[in-house]
Parts: sequence; structure tokens; C-alpha cells
Amino acid sequence: MAQRIKTSLYRHTAWKLLLLLAVLAVAILISAGMGYLKIGFYDVVNIIVASVTGNSERIKDLEEVFRVVVMDVRLPRILSAVMVGAGLAVSGCVYQGILLNPLADPYTLGISAGAAFGASLAFLFFPEAGLYAIPCFAFSGAVVTLFVVAWLSSGKTFSRDGLSSNSLILSGIIVGSILSAGISFLKYIADEEVSVIIFWLMGSFASKTWTDVWILLMIVSMGSLIVYFYSRDLNVIALGGRMASTLGINTGRVTMILLITSSLVAAVCVSVSGIIGFVGLLVPHMIRSMTGPDNTRLIPVSLVAGGILLVTADTITRAVLPVEVPIGVLTALIGGPFFCYVFRRNHLRNRGK
Amino acid sequence: MVYAIDNISFAYDSFNILEGISTQLTKGSFYGILGPNGCGKTTFLDLLIRHKKPNSGRITFSGTDLSKISRKQLARKVALVSQDFYINFPYTVREVVIMGRYPYISRFSSPSSKDLDRVDSIMEKTGVERLSDNFITELSGGERQRVVFARALVQDTDVIILDEATSNLDIRHTIDLLDIVRKRVDQKKLTVISVFQDINLAARYCDRLVFLWNGTILAQGKTEEMVNKGLIKKVFDVESEIRFEPLYNASQVIFKRGAHETL
Repeated sequence: MAQRIKTSLYRHTAWKLLLLLAVLAVAILISAGMGYLKIGFYDVVNIIVASVTGNSERIKDLEEVFRVVVMDVRLPRILSAVMVGAGLAVSGCVYQGILLNPLADPYTLGISAGAAFGASLAFLFFPEAGLYAIPCFAFSGAVVTLFVVAWLSSGKTFSRDGLSSNSLILSGIIVGSILSAGISFLKYIADEEVSVIIFWLMGSFASKTWTDVWILLMIVSMGSLIVYFYSRDLNVIALGGRMASTLGINTGRVTMILLITSSLVAAVCVSVSGIIGFVGLLVPHMIRSMTGPDNTRLIPVSLVAGGILLVTADTITRAVLPVEVPIGVLTALIGGPFFCYVFRRNHLRNRGK
Repeated sequence: MVYAIDNISFAYDSFNILEGISTQLTKGSFYGILGPNGCGKTTFLDLLIRHKKPNSGRITFSGTDLSKISRKQLARKVALVSQDFYINFPYTVREVVIMGRYPYISRFSSPSSKDLDRVDSIMEKTGVERLSDNFITELSGGERQRVVFARALVQDTDVIILDEATSNLDIRHTIDLLDIVRKRVDQKKLTVISVFQDINLAARYCDRLVFLWNGTILAQGKTEEMVNKGLIKKVFDVESEIRFEPLYNASQVIFKRGAHETL
């Protein structure tokens, strides 16, 4: 009986995952047909199949511009959005698991502020090398920030107990505020470059290329595999460091591996798309009510759900709204109030008990 | 011999927590660790579970250097019930207890029916089966403590370490828990190493007592020899009387007042 309940729970998750994957695929296809140039669903499918198989027989009746729009303009943007959403959601799961705090996300540790600061530096000092300088600087900024935050919060207890979640969060907030002030300063001295920085900071998937897609695919999939490998350890870490030690887990090492992995994933996402808030916070939070807190189920489902959420949001700003609102602004405007609602509801429910 | 501890010391920077601790803990005994606040009891336990490493000295577990045993191996031998236990995520009680089987289940498989039978029978014995589907985040401190205890039993270890495991429990659940443990010591040769605040509980349940004082072992030996006025005065700085309680077949301490009669 008990066994049956357990297995049915797992099978349940597998079905949910398959369903979400189907939703994601449909969302991608529909999104690729939407925009200034409307393209029918089956035409989109035909174009993609033809391009992947190299057999142009299927699309000989379609104008070339349709193929170009779908394959070279829309798909790279759509797939970038999917990957960034997935990456941010997975790193959100990890931060919440490690910091033992369901309200943590990639931004709590100042990682995003670090990436933004790096990118702003690149805009200011290497405007001509923009295309390559920005991701590199954003990425370096994120990584340097991670190590500064980890070093600040480590102290003498580091080698023995691993990182304490409170000091990590505090260090993240401190470093994040300093970096924000730094960004304001850079904006102030930027003169006419300031609008470029501001737009980048608000986040966008406009003009993403297949290069972006491949980089994202590589980092996000490798990162997610590593995270998934340690997902059960992450469950035990929720019991606290001492308890995890007696359940066979090297808490310090696992924490470091997961922290570095998820920060790299978040950094790559930020460096490609700019700052997109609330995805890493909201997605794991919502999915947890669906799968429970068990990370072996939470992480894969959040990954797919994050992709769906961001591709939907990006399609709305690209093809539905009369003017393109920066995606970071959109996610914060919708995600923020929604999160307030979820937070307040949970708060009241807990108090009722 | 379960643990052989040879002259270990532990310090944060230059601040010594434990110094020159040597003792041997044998199989099938119930050990009580007693001492005033801040004497290093919890750190001592942390060294035994390898959560911390001694700065000097050697701990061997069943004849092997503790630092050479893999964590997973150790997790099948030693379980911990700690006092400060808090989970921020809404796992169900059963899910938490199942985590005690993790050292036996490979990373990507789900628990076998044998694992789950074990979980259910322990949950029944420890009286937490009615909480099975409750969220751990919604339990009282005492209920949570009993869940952690069930989780430790499910681990099927030869050694159980209790860090003030009864501090949040009411008297009935305290006695229940210690009775279960005592029975396993007698019948299954379990080894228990337990930190106590309450010296009378320790005197009633333990075979041997270890008194820690200011980072060193002040005295250790059989419980009946250790429970005496002089030692209690020395360790806790409290005057007392000792009475033998036939119901427990053990000595009990009646405290008078602190040695500094300031009031």
C-alpha cells in the first residue's frame, strides 16, 4: 500500500513533466508564428522540420522571408528565453535549498548586481568591443561577486561547518548594495552611453543569435545535470549541516559545488539577457506547491516551468503588447505583485495553524 | 570497542574548546556525557560524528581511523538526534523519516518496500505514525524531536548519539524515548552516547557517565560510582544529597542550592 502511494507519486511527477514539456513545445511553436509577420502553426512546423532535416521540399511554396524570420530571428530569441527561464529557475531551486530559505533566488547573493556592474563597466570603457565584452564582463562580475560573498561569509567557521546561510544572505545584500551604488555611479559618469546601460539592465531577448542559444544550452544543461545529481543531497541539507553530516553527506563540499554551479548558470543567463527578476524566486515557489519540496522532483519540473514562463512573457512583450516592454520590467511588474499575493497567503495560512 | 579516543584537542583559532580528551567507548553500553554549559559537550559529539575534525589526537571507530571511513559508511554506523532541529520546507513527516534510509538507497532509486516497511514499523514504535502526512513545518518542537528520533532509528546504526534529545519533550515522551533506546542497548547491543542536562535521567538510564569540565574529562566511570556529592559539587558547583531510589534501581540527586549562597 505504502509502496503504491510512493510509486504513484513518482509516476505523477513524470506525467506532469511530460505534460509541461508538451506545453513548452507548443508554446515555442505558437510563439514562433506570432509577431509582425503572422505565420501559421503548420508552416512553422514545416519550416523547422525542413531546416533541421535540410529537405526544402516541404516549404517550396513558402516565401524565403518566412524561413528567415522563423529560423534566424524568432527561434534564437525564443530558445534563448526558454533556456534563461530554465536556468534561472534551477538556480533559484538551489539557492533556496542551500540558504534554507524558500524566499532566496539568484539575486539574493548579489550575483546579478555583480553581472550588471561588470556589464556596465564594459559599456563604459569598451563600447566598441560590445558584443563580446559585455557577456565576458558580466560573467566575470558575477563570478568575482560570488567569491567575495563566499569569502565574506566564511570566516573561521568555513572549513569546519561549511557556509552559514544567514551570513551568506547578509553578505549578499551588503555586496549587492555596494554594487548597485557602483552602477549608479557608472551611469552618472556615462553621459550619452547611459541609455545603453539602462536598457541592458532592464533585460531583453531582442536580437539574440544562435551563438547565444548554443552557449546557453551548453551551460544550462551541464549545470542542471550537476544540480540534479546532487538534488537528493540538497534534501538532506535542509535538515541542517550536522544532521546532513550523519547522513553521509559532505555538506561543505556539496554546498560549494552547488553554489558555484548555480551561480555560473545564473551569471551566463544574466550576461545573455540582462537582469530578469522574479523568475528564480517565483517558479520554484509555485512548483513546490505542486511537487512538494523534494528536490529530485522540484528541480526538473521547475526547469521546464521556468522555460514556459519566460517564453510566454517574452512573446507577450514581443508580439502582443503594442510597444515592446523590456522583459525584466514585465517580469518584475507581474511577478512582484503576484509574489506579494503568494507570500501573504502563505503567511496567513501558517498563522492560522 | 566502538570508539577509541586518544588525546584529542579542538580549538577555534587559539581558543581551546577541548583539550587532551582520552576515553574508550565500548559496544552495548549507554554513555551519559554531563557537564556545565559551555564545557565542550556538543563539540565532543561533533568530533564523534565527524562534523568537525580534531586539531590533534586520534579517533578510531571500530579499529579504523575515523577520518579514513567514508561518510556513507559512517552514516550506516552512527546516527544523530540533535536538539536544534528546524526545517524551512514543508516536507511531510514520512518524507523526513525516509531520509534516514538514504545511506542505504542509491542516489537515483526510490526506496524499496523493505525500506518503507522499516520506516512504517519505526514510526509506529515511536508514536509518530499519526503525524505521517503532516508537514514537518507545522509540528510543535516536541513532535519534531520525535520525528528526528524516528529518522535516526530508521538509519539502523550500531551507535546512536543523542544531543539533549529529550530537551523539548514532555516527561512521558522523554521516558518513552529513553526506554526505547535502553531496550535496544540491552537487546541489540546498541551503543548510545548521550548528552544530558538532567543528571537524574542520566543516573537512571546510563551505564557509564563522563563528566566534562572546561574542555577536559574530569571523571568517568560506572554510573553508581560517579553519582556522588563531591563530584557534583566539583563539576556543577551545587550542593546536593544522594538518595538511592529502589524503583529505578539507581541513585538520584537532590539538589540543595548553589555553593555561593548569595540569596
